[in-house]
Amino acid sequence: MSTSEGGAGLKRTALYVVLVGMAGFYLLPILTGLFTSITSPASYTGQAPFLPPLSPLLPETGSFSLQSWGNAFDGLARGLANSFILVIPATILSGLFGSMAAYGLTNVDWRGQVGIYALFVAGIFIPYQAVLVPLTQFWYNVVPLQSLFAPFAALPLVQEYHWKLVALIVTHTAYGIPICTLLFRAHYKKLSTEMIEAARLDGASVSTIYRRIVLPLSVPMFAVVFIYQFTQIWNDLLFALTIVQFGDASVVTQELVGIGVSQSGTNFPLRMAAALLAALPTLVVYVLFGDKFAEGVTT
Amino acid sequence: MRDPIATLRNRWSDSDARTDGGSATESERSLLSRDSVRSAPFWLPPFLLVGLFVYGAVVWNFLLSLTDFSGIGEPDYTDLDVENYLVAFADPIDGLLSTVGMGGEVNGATPAWSDLTVEPVWNSLGNTIALMVGFSAVCLALGLLLAILVDRGIRFENTFRTIYLLPMSLSFVVTAKFWLYMYNPNTGLINVALGVVGIGPVQIVQNPDLKLAAVAFALIWQFSGYAMIVYLAALRGIPSSHFEAARVDGASTVKMYWRVIIPQLRTATVSALVVITVFALKAFDFLFSMYGGYQPGPSADILATRMVREAYANQNWAYGSTIAVILFVMALCIVAPYVYSQYRRGDL
Repeated sequence: MSTSEGGAGLKRTALYVVLVGMAGFYLLPILTGLFTSITSPASYTGQAPFLPPLSPLLPETGSFSLQSWGNAFDGLARGLANSFILVIPATILSGLFGSMAAYGLTNVDWRGQVGIYALFVAGIFIPYQAVLVPLTQFWYNVVPLQSLFAPFAALPLVQEYHWKLVALIVTHTAYGIPICTLLFRAHYKKLSTEMIEAARLDGASVSTIYRRIVLPLSVPMFAVVFIYQFTQIWNDLLFALTIVQFGDASVVTQELVGIGVSQSGTNFPLRMAAALLAALPTLVVYVLFGDKFAEGVTT
Repeated sequence: MRDPIATLRNRWSDSDARTDGGSATESERSLLSRDSVRSAPFWLPPFLLVGLFVYGAVVWNFLLSLTDFSGIGEPDYTDLDVENYLVAFADPIDGLLSTVGMGGEVNGATPAWSDLTVEPVWNSLGNTIALMVGFSAVCLALGLLLAILVDRGIRFENTFRTIYLLPMSLSFVVTAKFWLYMYNPNTGLINVALGVVGIGPVQIVQNPDLKLAAVAFALIWQFSGYAMIVYLAALRGIPSSHFEAARVDGASTVKMYWRVIIPQLRTATVSALVVITVFALKAFDFLFSMYGGYQPGPSADILATRMVREAYANQNWAYGSTIAVILFVMALCIVAPYVYSQYRRGDL
């Protein structure tokens, strides 16, 4: 959509100035954080934090050091490990269940599916607060998950406190199902009905159609759903705070809250390094699969 | 339809009905029940999970809000009343927050209405609504503006889009840390920028007058890219003939967007608005990270933080559940009309 030639040059320039300015607005906090995080804490002055720390070349910027990243990693290592233990199964489970639900509610025709589907859609928007107290009750007082889980602690790499992560995995799976169902259903509605109908007339059962036709065609959608869920669950704090609570099983977002603050004041290089380290998995996923992420959030 | 033989017979009768066009009403009914049964292994397990953990918990939470559950121990479901709601919506006294209180003693007896010590929700309710309205309005406006600019056939469109949406991939906790740094009074960039204009260093994060605006601004930074993406998809869906028709009529660019294009973005606005408002309802993570705990202070306290504080810091579980019900109803008021309109348009 190009504007007419005369005087358009100036307009075009103004357009790009605004676009680049806005890009600066979105990037500045992240870049500032990045440059601060690689400044050696000893030489950190806080002057011009938006410039890379190349002290002799750029005056007053401090000198380059990865010390804060090292410290941040030491501080967050356990949280990062717990987050991965949580996120990977929860992402896969919610994606699979979402796909199954979407198939059962879309490609098989029966009355009442819209009603059930409406419940799923509404479930996306329910604030977590509305279920926190019951969930805490459920996992701590109703289901004896801690003692049920105890025998598994004998397995290699499994710790006793991992039962809290199991509770969190189940919770996140249940809460992820609605959005996953929505994403898959949008995709399944577009699948060719002829192919499914033909398979059905050939006598293929509902589950054969799912395994042989629908599942292979869902691979691109699984990428979208997994990326969306990975980001959502990795970034969550509230469920972890109330179900896992602070302790051995804390996830990375919990650990990040208190890092870099002490009696002597705020250690900004450490805090920025920790924030970026905690965000790194989602940032990597975003940079690699940005278009899939965009598809997930807009469907 | 649990009976396997009946299921089997339906299966047979159905395949018969299908081959000859399926006109008989009796076999049609059996077809319906058959398909729901046969697809049950697919939708039933996820449905049970959602039913138990989402809707079951919502109902349970409502029950808890009717109890006097606080401190450690088990909730007592035998004595249910709406006392918590009366406390939540009690009149503020003298324009100040009234402290109507609750549950000092938990000696088995229902705490009397008069010796309760919990504040009503008016303050955090007001903050929640202010945050929701201010944040969503600016977010949508900025998103629309960006979408229109990005839609002008620019170069490097993908790069710009990727950058604009980038903050959305970050956690609230991470965003809060970045903005805490941006806002800090000594070296924060916001204060440096203000210094250039000649305004002295301002305390932003702990300043009661600016807190909520600071939170809203950071959230706008995080989510306006989302609004942009939604609007951009909608703009791309408008046939280019509409743009051209407006141009032939001699309309200016601004007029064209205002008269012809923006009215067609209603659906996109509604769906972006629903998502963004619900994000604002959930801003707990951000405030918890920004203020390093449950206490953002009265001028930034929203229902989301208030609920978690009452339940998990003060152990007023029942009162926390009550606030959660209020939040749930607010979310429902936004979402139910949306889901219903989707249903009416056949989009479900």
